[in-house]
Amino acid sequence: MTVTLADAFDEPAFVPYLAAGDPDFESSLSYVEALAAGGADVIELGLPFSEPIAEGPTIQQAIVRSLESGMTPERYFEFVEALEVDVPLVCMTYYNLIYQFGPEDTDPVRPFVERAAEVGIEGVVVPDLPAEEADRLGGYCDEYGLDLIFIVAPTTAGDRLDRMMERVSGYVYVQARLGVTGARSDLSDQTEETLARLEGHDVPKAVGFGISTGEHAEAVVAAGADGVIVGSALVDIVAEGHETGEETERTAGKLRSLAAELKAGALAGKERRPRPEGT
Amino acid sequence: MSQPDTKFGEYGGQYVPEALMPAIEELTDAYERYVLGNEDGFVDEFEARIEDFGGRPTPLQRADQLSARYGVEIYLKREDLLHGGAHKLNNALGQVLLAKYMGKERIIAETGAGQHGTATAMAAAHLDMPCEIYMGRRDINRQRPNVFRMRLNGAEVTPVDVGRGTLKEAISETMRDWASTVETTHYVIGSIVGPAPFPAMVRDFHSVISEEIREQSIEKFGELPGAVVACAGGGSNTMGAFADLLEEDVSLYAVEAGGSSLSVDEEAGVAPHSASLSTGEEGVLHGARTKLLQDSHGQIMESHSVSSGLDYSGVGPELAHLVDEGRVTPAAVDDDAALEAFHRLSQEEGIIPALETAHAFGFLETVAGPDGDGSVELPETVVVNVSGRGDKDLEAVIEETDKRELENAPRMEVFDP
Repeated sequence: MTVTLADAFDEPAFVPYLAAGDPDFESSLSYVEALAAGGADVIELGLPFSEPIAEGPTIQQAIVRSLESGMTPERYFEFVEALEVDVPLVCMTYYNLIYQFGPEDTDPVRPFVERAAEVGIEGVVVPDLPAEEADRLGGYCDEYGLDLIFIVAPTTAGDRLDRMMERVSGYVYVQARLGVTGARSDLSDQTEETLARLEGHDVPKAVGFGISTGEHAEAVVAAGADGVIVGSALVDIVAEGHETGEETERTAGKLRSLAAELKAGALAGKERRPRPEGT
Repeated sequence: MSQPDTKFGEYGGQYVPEALMPAIEELTDAYERYVLGNEDGFVDEFEARIEDFGGRPTPLQRADQLSARYGVEIYLKREDLLHGGAHKLNNALGQVLLAKYMGKERIIAETGAGQHGTATAMAAAHLDMPCEIYMGRRDINRQRPNVFRMRLNGAEVTPVDVGRGTLKEAISETMRDWASTVETTHYVIGSIVGPAPFPAMVRDFHSVISEEIREQSIEKFGELPGAVVACAGGGSNTMGAFADLLEEDVSLYAVEAGGSSLSVDEEAGVAPHSASLSTGEEGVLHGARTKLLQDSHGQIMESHSVSSGLDYSGVGPELAHLVDEGRVTPAAVDDDAALEAFHRLSQEEGIIPALETAHAFGFLETVAGPDGDGSVELPETVVVNVSGRGDKDLEAVIEETDKRELENAPRMEVFDP
């Protein structure tokens, strides 16, 4: 993999999320590859945990489907090895799976990060691990050359924000609104306020939570985001395909075209940005 | 002013989504100022209300029949006589009052057996706060009287359908609500679980139980008891009954739900028990590092108990730490023994206990009954925390008793149509 995470944001980036193994290993490989074909710049690949407290119903169901099809952390790494995409991958999971991975007598967390690095994962984002508890994971990420991505919420400000900005690498995940993941029909005012607080911090800002259309992507990038993260709207396509017994290829085609729409929206958003004087 | 405990050895901490961190900082600050520092007379108001509205202090009563049966002095700490029928009001009233001092406008809570939900609904009505309770679908079906009680007190009850529909799912769903509404809403967590400062704060609201045990023991028999026995799910009545006695020469027994067996079905992701102190391994769930029922990959297992209040895959981090330190001894009592103890207390002492509480009495029978294994020699005086009354469990008890050959169960034909 030659592209680093930060490089992926040279132009407005499209960052899709899917739960690995949803609804099964083979179909899921095709779906992730379809996102890459549709223009994904980074892919956030979920490793399913049984208690996903940051997820709304859409992604909860994806996680259930994936777990029921036999997904485990080791199987996840095999999934990553089997993927044929030339896009940086970020592992999104919950801390207990990272903590428990590997033989019992080793230092917790190290085996997970080591194995993630070995299969070519570029970064990790852990929704239930605030910066305060992230020293151990951060240390191993530094050692193995992975980026540790933090989520900045609409409620994150002041000293906490500064401390997070000191630790963050790769990009920041800007949570567009309070609440849990899930596709929405509108955008939140909280996005612009959060982006404004991040101004002056030299790290790419990718906005997620609720983005579902090319128009949303355009508006978010126009508001100053360096990228858009989209999960539930894509997972909806996988869920529908699974429920209706649609052929994998057809579902993959739908994913590819929504991906292309979202990427085009992100690029169009850049054109709408107010240009700073002198450039 | 004392500092709040955020870690208990390696356990505890704050493993929550970033969106909740500012609320947790705000809560920590409020806990320090009002609960630990008595700012604006918070503690005085709490104590006055838990007396007048709650009915504290609860009695410490000698159990005559059980004392004769086990050959030692058995005393009952009657938390079942607290308003609402369980110890849960101590914490619910404390937190709802705290939310009011913090200027929050809405209360949310999860509930398993419905005891914490009913206590929160009562406290919210008493203090005039809107309240929404999340409850697993399965628990709604097995604890219907409590659902009606919550609604009668004006609370919304929202069913949780994901997973197995018990306490674990209800906590996850309440955390999701809180992540959306954190600026106006306080989450009244129902046990000594969750991110700091909850475990320490909930313990503090319940520690009145052990403070009263101390005073009343000296009054009744001139010394501290040799042992205190309490059931443990998340562990709030347990820590409440232990907190003030940790530094004393008092044996402390935390009795968990042994369910139908202490083995696990790794393939199905199910543990047929809820004994995380006795059999769990360290991990991170619902905001804290603690002992958990989990599979070899770290996925959380579904727990089981005949008692919904003990049916949880985790346990309070402080209790996990005290067990590791050897200060608290865990024990597991299975469904059969708990039911048997339920009937004994009902018939011999005239007290119908909650199924949760029945586990603590099952422990006495297991170690010191006529067929006891003698694994623990009971000291001269033992206090058992009667954490709640069993009215809510009647349907479940009749159904579960019917499935078993319990020698001491009464005849229930009268209930046939």
